[in-house]
Amino acid sequence: MSQVPEDLKYTQNHEWVRLEADGSVTVGITDHAQESIGDLVFVEAPEPGTSVQAQEACAVVESVKAASDVYAPISGEVTEGNEALADSPEAVNSDPYGEGWIMRIQPADAGELDGLMDAAAYQQLVADEG
Amino acid sequence: MTEESEAVLIYDISREGRRAYAQAPSESPSAESIPRRFRRQTPPQLPEVSELETVRHYTRLSQKNFAIDTHFYPLGSCTMKYNPRGANRLAMLPQFLERHPLAPDETGQGFLACIHELQQDLAVITGMQDVTLSVMAGAQGEFAGVAMIRAYHEARGDSERTEIIVPDAAHGTNPATATMCGYKVREIPTGSDGDVDMEAFKAAVGPQTAGIMLTNPSTVGVFERRIEEIAAIVHDAGGLLYYDGANLNAILGKARPGDMGFDVIHMNLHKTFSTPHGGGGPGAGAVGVSERLLPYLPIPRVTREGDRYRWLTETDCPQSIGRLCTFNGNSGVLLRAYAYVRMLGREGMPRVAEYSTLNANYLMKRLQEEGFTVAYPDRRASHEFIVSLKHEAKELGANVMDFAKRLLDLGYHAPTTYFPLLVPEALLIEPTETESKHELDGFVEAMVRIREEARENIDMVKGAPYRLPVRRLDDVKAARELDLRWQQAS
Repeated sequence: MSQVPEDLKYTQNHEWVRLEADGSVTVGITDHAQESIGDLVFVEAPEPGTSVQAQEACAVVESVKAASDVYAPISGEVTEGNEALADSPEAVNSDPYGEGWIMRIQPADAGELDGLMDAAAYQQLVADEG
Repeated sequence: MTEESEAVLIYDISREGRRAYAQAPSESPSAESIPRRFRRQTPPQLPEVSELETVRHYTRLSQKNFAIDTHFYPLGSCTMKYNPRGANRLAMLPQFLERHPLAPDETGQGFLACIHELQQDLAVITGMQDVTLSVMAGAQGEFAGVAMIRAYHEARGDSERTEIIVPDAAHGTNPATATMCGYKVREIPTGSDGDVDMEAFKAAVGPQTAGIMLTNPSTVGVFERRIEEIAAIVHDAGGLLYYDGANLNAILGKARPGDMGFDVIHMNLHKTFSTPHGGGGPGAGAVGVSERLLPYLPIPRVTREGDRYRWLTETDCPQSIGRLCTFNGNSGVLLRAYAYVRMLGREGMPRVAEYSTLNANYLMKRLQEEGFTVAYPDRRASHEFIVSLKHEAKELGANVMDFAKRLLDLGYHAPTTYFPLLVPEALLIEPTETESKHELDGFVEAMVRIREEARENIDMVKGAPYRLPVRRLDDVKAARELDLRWQQAS
């Protein structure tokens, strides 16, 4: 069973979202997502300053099986992309909720976070897909 | 076993001073007549092997081939069917082989007649107005098709259309093509019955829609039942429909994309029309269009004027999107496809569809009876179907890649793995019409045997393959540290 930390928010597209103390959010793909797509060989994180709409594809993760888009969970501006993943995309596989984070976004409307799933709802989604 | 028989690169068997003709008296031609500044100063790094060693090396390599001519090859969405030797023989007639490609049209009337008839036959088979054959492969055919959709909208001054709709089950080349042509990709989901999710589809269509790219039967191996409704909605919104011909084998002689409402289609002659495939290619991606896209069709194509044939050029087709290759297409491949089409004829075509779907449905049923999980159990398969190994992966620890590698040991090329992505642990299986029941039964036995092996000794299955020239390859290393350059051992 894959890990679904209690303190994070989740999307239908298998991204996780963590609200940081400074009001920005950190985004990555879930343990379940990294497990399904397999060993990553390439991650393209967005450039800082990119403005993104919720549900918009803004990063790419490529594994030995396929390339998949990563969608912005909420609208806002990208403040940072995880540059370390260019050299070590495997961090997404080994530590999806830690070193494998993909981008930080400054939300346009923090209220959008309430529309995301909590851990229990996401766990249910994964179970339903199985 | 000698070192030579294990060598993969001819450089591995190179020995200093070894030459081709050991006994024949030889005299090196003098390079003196070439001005010194044009002569290289260091010898090229060529392997030093005799002629016989060279022949043995490449013969051994060819014997390691895992090919349709040696093994069952059920690679889904690739239609690895038998390439009839008759078609090969006809295409290799000296009158074709020895004709100079730049010879004037008057001396090549036979060749041009074959190309013209193939254009017409493919137009009839697909329900299109005309066909071009000068497109080199499937992905280039897609590019030509979407470029024509763009040219059509632009010619009408309709510049607000920015999106191409693509289902999530589509071949990866579809979104890539749309992006290459400057469109934004709008992905729509597949319903649980395998058809396009109609609500999501309707929500995605609008004045921004340039077109939709569909494969029918789709990549999940079922026929898109509401295709006429989809076509009407797209056309009403001013968009056009692109047909990816990857799965045309399933409906050959039975249903025509043109009748379903498609405006443009590419065909993979190396799939449906049985020309050599993959490394043995090259491919050929014929493209057909409906009336409204006719002005934009790529050139060159062959036209008939009275009883004479000639190539159409830019002068004849000023609105054409142009040439996709600098020459006349892969003519040797086109001749093989022509021979195949003529050998089958009107009666043979539907039998291709019937036998390919019969084989797929038989194989699907047999695997289901043996306890394997089929992705769309309520639907009849088209020419291919998906088995999901999610239970085997979870309960036995044997995933799709493990089955695929072990199948190679047992003499079967693996089906397509992990595609389409929307089905977990997917094996996409396409047996084609040219396999016998005996062969299909053997494949079922192999699948059952691998599951048994996984139960008894999972490590053994995870270590497969054992009987091939190479063992399990490191896909991740290959993708991340790609290195194709040979370097002399120091």
